[in-house]
Amino acid sequence: MKLELRGITKRFGALVANDHISVVVEPGEIHCLLGENGAGKSTLMNVLYGLYQADEGEILLDDKVQKFSGPGDAMAAGIGMVHQHFMLIPVFTVAENVMLGHEPTTFGDRLNVAKAREQVREISQRFGFDLDPDALVGDLPVGVQQRVEIIKALSRDAKVLVFDEPTAVLTPQETDELMLIMKQLKETGTSIVFITHKLREVREVADKITVIRLGKVVGEASPTASNEELASMMVGRAIELTIEKGKAKLGQPALVVDKLSVIDPIGQLVVNNISFDIKEGEIVAVAGVQGNGQTELVEAIMGLQSKVTGGITLNGRSLVGRSVREVLDAGVGFVPEDRNEDGLVSEFTIAENLMLDRSNGEPFVKHGTLQLATLAEFAEEKLTEFDIRAQGIGTHAGNLSGGNQQKVVLARELSRELKLLVAAQPTRGLDVGSVEFVHTRIVEARDSGVPVLVVSTELDEVVALADRIAVMYRGGIVGIVPGDTPRDVLGLMMAGEAPSGGKAA
Amino acid sequence: MSGNEPVDRQLPNISPEKATREPGQSGTASEPERSRWNVAMREILNGSAMISLLAVVLAIIIGGILIAVTDENVQATAGYFFSRPGDMIAAIWNSVSGAYVSLFQGSIYNFRRPGFANGIRPLMDTLTFATPLIVAGLGVALGFRAGLFNIGGRGQMLFGASAAGWVAFSFAGLPFPLHLIFAVVAGVIAGALWSGLAGLLKATTGANEVITTIMLNYVAYYFVYWMLSTQGLLQLPGSNNPKSPGMLPSAVLPPLFGQQYSLHWGFIIAILVTFFAWWLLNRSRLGFQFKAVGLNPDAARVAGINVPRMIVYVMLFSGAFVGLAGVFQVLGTVTTGFSAGIDAGIGFDAITVALLGRSKPWGVFAAAVLFGAFKAGGFAMQASQGISVDIVLVVQSVIVLLIAAPPLVRAVFRLPKPNLLSPLKSNKTQGKKAVVTK
Repeated sequence: MKLELRGITKRFGALVANDHISVVVEPGEIHCLLGENGAGKSTLMNVLYGLYQADEGEILLDDKVQKFSGPGDAMAAGIGMVHQHFMLIPVFTVAENVMLGHEPTTFGDRLNVAKAREQVREISQRFGFDLDPDALVGDLPVGVQQRVEIIKALSRDAKVLVFDEPTAVLTPQETDELMLIMKQLKETGTSIVFITHKLREVREVADKITVIRLGKVVGEASPTASNEELASMMVGRAIELTIEKGKAKLGQPALVVDKLSVIDPIGQLVVNNISFDIKEGEIVAVAGVQGNGQTELVEAIMGLQSKVTGGITLNGRSLVGRSVREVLDAGVGFVPEDRNEDGLVSEFTIAENLMLDRSNGEPFVKHGTLQLATLAEFAEEKLTEFDIRAQGIGTHAGNLSGGNQQKVVLARELSRELKLLVAAQPTRGLDVGSVEFVHTRIVEARDSGVPVLVVSTELDEVVALADRIAVMYRGGIVGIVPGDTPRDVLGLMMAGEAPSGGKAA
Repeated sequence: MSGNEPVDRQLPNISPEKATREPGQSGTASEPERSRWNVAMREILNGSAMISLLAVVLAIIIGGILIAVTDENVQATAGYFFSRPGDMIAAIWNSVSGAYVSLFQGSIYNFRRPGFANGIRPLMDTLTFATPLIVAGLGVALGFRAGLFNIGGRGQMLFGASAAGWVAFSFAGLPFPLHLIFAVVAGVIAGALWSGLAGLLKATTGANEVITTIMLNYVAYYFVYWMLSTQGLLQLPGSNNPKSPGMLPSAVLPPLFGQQYSLHWGFIIAILVTFFAWWLLNRSRLGFQFKAVGLNPDAARVAGINVPRMIVYVMLFSGAFVGLAGVFQVLGTVTTGFSAGIDAGIGFDAITVALLGRSKPWGVFAAAVLFGAFKAGGFAMQASQGISVDIVLVVQSVIVLLIAAPPLVRAVFRLPKPNLLSPLKSNKTQGKKAVVTK
């Protein structure tokens, strides 16, 4: 089916999220929408899926104008969507999830699960998925859950499939498999709209690339374009994808983690007997698929986990059993992995967020009273220094873009005297321009002699930053390898395979 | 993502969700579930002063309709509405305007009385009624700002009143200001401790403060009742009634403008306490940490703020304010001895006042004065127009209802939906001066 979006405009108050965007997706084509976060990709797709009504413009399917007043209409017209956050019910089986919303029934309004089961089998077979219709979705790995989403869309005869940032939650291997599935779907004539900001994926599968910036189409690119070309189109200026990073000037081991184990509040052993160290002036990146104990490792260092055994010492002082306050006071800077949940108070102003973890004393508090003048001066200074784009220091953090929010967190943490910087997923959800900024700052911290622990699920980031890479799998460290280890080796390690040969550093 | 702090346990369905989390899943799916209550609360607290104002207006209109519908003249004239509609309209006008005029005269200024000194007496009554409401409302509001719902105002007031009352009727011979100060301090501490108990339960075990404060109300009521019925504790010696002796004059809050008015020095204290609450919330370190805990306990914890300790502190402060309301009752309003009904529902009205005042100290102050006016005027309305004082309660309740449902008020008045998270546009007026969330 041919999909055409013609002059779509969507405004939210004064903000124009989509400004006369026109895109044509031919049948059997993988069309990539590339753009930074906040460029308007998701808004456009929500218009297509009937979740938003466009202020101007029209949607055409096979040259016929469509009117969608809700997702139901869009689905009926043959548009399917695979959401970034899966719309699945974990306690339902695959078949039940697939039939959800258009349940086939038999006489007396009884559910016809058998039919749904059959449908799942049939579609699975067609694409060579190995999928048990009776498995509970909650028990399935994320990559497989995504296939359930795909089957769900296909079972409603979707001719146009929209993938909204589908690889954000996948391992590199799962990503590769998804690429294969997308190619298969394309063979069968399904049109695919693929939304992403990851350049490597785009170049691998896209037939056509439309780049969106600030709500406008800024141009089309061919899949043969280089990463740099695509990135500069997205951002609107030349971009350094791999930041300049000199050789590490290593000092003494600063952070020493020795036989560390963590048991989480529900009693599971989430970090299992791991040991590593970080030297002054060194970046150690912990790679691994989300949920393999990295979060808990970081929380253990920060004093956020209660059941911790083994040793964590920073410059000879033990951090085990200390409160968060004491860990922060020991000179640990912390960029939490979820900045909205753990890093910022979104109803607080930028200024207030800049003193969030420094509310215990000078310079911002004297005699129990906030020093607002000092704070304002400090905030103004950081606003300029970290290039935080906002109306002013009184802007609420919740009103900032992700990149600017992260800059606020970084500004807060890097403006203290640091003995260790812990950055968990420092660029998650950030646009290319902000990624560059954050990476530069982290490397600067390293070069000033601060040991840095980076936790990331993005291989690109790990490779860009790390002097050494520790790969975690199921709570343990699979191996610690040099920063220039090839991606495929890292990918295998992330799946639990120990590195071949004696390459461990 | 660990959930071992008690604040994370408000919804029991979190832990299973986390338990089944597969490796690789981002876990963000649990977010909306977790914060639903939080979002509703924020929606209520972040509404503009405009919503508060409109809610009051709307409630007064609805009250007017009720007055008209229940008025006998209106009912009689409705029978022949189609032959002489003017009669019914006149009857409606008479009943509604009569009611609200008497409400005004009963609460602010009575033109029918001779002289300014007499005419202004209703306003004095209003402020007298408002005094305990102000401090109790501030206590509840402080809790709201820190994400805690203190419904235990009744219990905290009872304990505050009992402690203050006991000091005030015992210890004869202490000189005037000293005795009064002791009594006030005793009441404040008693209220703080009773509320702090709920805070401690939440901080250590995660017990929801809504439930514990409600239950502690009953404990307090029956405990105080028992003390009032027991010789040697709070009961008037030689009496069988569950009532305390009268307060000694050396511990009574003196009248502010002479004996002819009921208004006492508690009102001045209430103003000072409002200043203090403003400072606490907007300028103090503790207030900063309270607000951080209230708005995002996870971020507060990661920022090194001891969340359980803050919960205890907040409840201590909250209870201290509410306890002060109990003190005002026994040392200012009713100085002849108190019974177990001394709280007069103020502990609950304080919740409404805090909501109406958007949990901002001066907003609470204004809301408390409004409610004081309703109380003072309600009696006058009943006396002069024969309209049940319950109408005023209906108006108050409708206000709560409307404030709890801002979308409803917006719909009625066709107000635009506030776009809290829309990027970079609602802040133009805020400029660079607003460093701190007010």
